[in-house]
Amino acid sequence: MKKLLFAMTFCPIAICMVVVVSTPVRVWAHGVAGKRFFPTTLSIEDPFVSDELSFIFSFLKEAGEGDHPPTKEYELEAEYTKRITPHFGISIGDAFLILDPEGEDTETGFGNLEVGAKYQFFLNAPHEAVASIGVNVEIQDTGNREVEAEPFTTISPALFFGKGLGDLPESLKYLRPLAITGVIGPNFPTDSETVTTHVDEDTGEIEREVERNPNTLSYGFSIQYSLQYLQTYVKDLGLPTPFDRMIILVEFPFETCLDRSCGGDTTGFVNPGVIWFGKYIQLGAEVQIPINDRSGENVGVLAIIHFFIDDLFPNSFGRPIFR
Amino acid sequence: MLCGPMFLSTWLGVAWGHVFPEHSDPQVGATVTVSPTSVRIRFDGALEPVFSTLRVQDASGKQVDNGDGHVDPSDPTLLEVSLPSLPPGTYRVIWSVVARDGHRTEGDYTFTIE
Repeated sequence: MKKLLFAMTFCPIAICMVVVVSTPVRVWAHGVAGKRFFPTTLSIEDPFVSDELSFIFSFLKEAGEGDHPPTKEYELEAEYTKRITPHFGISIGDAFLILDPEGEDTETGFGNLEVGAKYQFFLNAPHEAVASIGVNVEIQDTGNREVEAEPFTTISPALFFGKGLGDLPESLKYLRPLAITGVIGPNFPTDSETVTTHVDEDTGEIEREVERNPNTLSYGFSIQYSLQYLQTYVKDLGLPTPFDRMIILVEFPFETCLDRSCGGDTTGFVNPGVIWFGKYIQLGAEVQIPINDRSGENVGVLAIIHFFIDDLFPNSFGRPIFR
Repeated sequence: MLCGPMFLSTWLGVAWGHVFPEHSDPQVGATVTVSPTSVRIRFDGALEPVFSTLRVQDASGKQVDNGDGHVDPSDPTLLEVSLPSLPPGTYRVIWSVVARDGHRTEGDYTFTIE
């Protein structure tokens, strides 16, 4: 199963073989603000609206806690986003999970379906700045309970932003390839608590277990250094392929519990990695390092293969529905 | 991680969608001792000639090229403009191009004549 999951991650490479000859239409490239290309990041969402398809593979070994043994968690997440207008888009996504607890049976299944919408309300090309607002909804009971899909819906509005440092003065030109992206937004579960009941096999009594579902705040940012930007706009260092299309980055995703007995508790990771981007696809990989014991004890890995649908199919379903 | 993009670079050829410069002459950030006769930028994809421009400015922002920026008719990936003899100083090359799939990209860089 694990091999199948790993293979499923990379089989979509076959889609890269499709080349579309198109009639040119003057549109701005996705993920571009002025000279800056902002890639799709792995841990936090990027600030752009675009036509794209992403597959993110992750592996993390969760530490045991209480009755729960240490568990290897494999996840393959897929998300498709579609522009309705040039600045407004919708998304749909889901994940397939394999939970492999020590000494127990492996569970597999899908997570809850997630749908979202995003509107890019700000773009300043000379200053390489962009901002969007959006909302994501995780729909209850659309996944498998065996892989801990939640029995409640979660609504998550968010603000996204990105800023490239290409407008730094000449004296700081080697910092111009830097860029920062970020996101912040609350997560509101529609049920404040989840009640499960089961019958005690020994006593026959019905036992009631209450799990609180807190409101949380998700926030994070990425710091990126683009070798492509350095090579193209600052100093030609003669970097060969594929380094001339690479972006080195560190992502910092965090989540803080706001109420219901866990107020103030924060989990998060530091995820250093690298991204390569071409015409039709983007590849990336990161290491996932927990910031505290609450976040975990082990280092995980993330990998992405991302398709630029607007480049693959610029004159059909790769362009906005309304232009 | 490196095998993936290198393999795909070969498989997909050099034609990137939202095109970016592959090589510039004078090179980005270079210092040259002789005034160049032209600026040439080769992109990693074919350009739409009508929508692609190239100009050169001096440090004061004055345009100093010969006004003949164009995509090479025999090589749609090459954007060039001719230059008169220029005095020492720092110059800015400003380009704006549209790829064959319609995506626009733009940028600039400097070079210095000693």
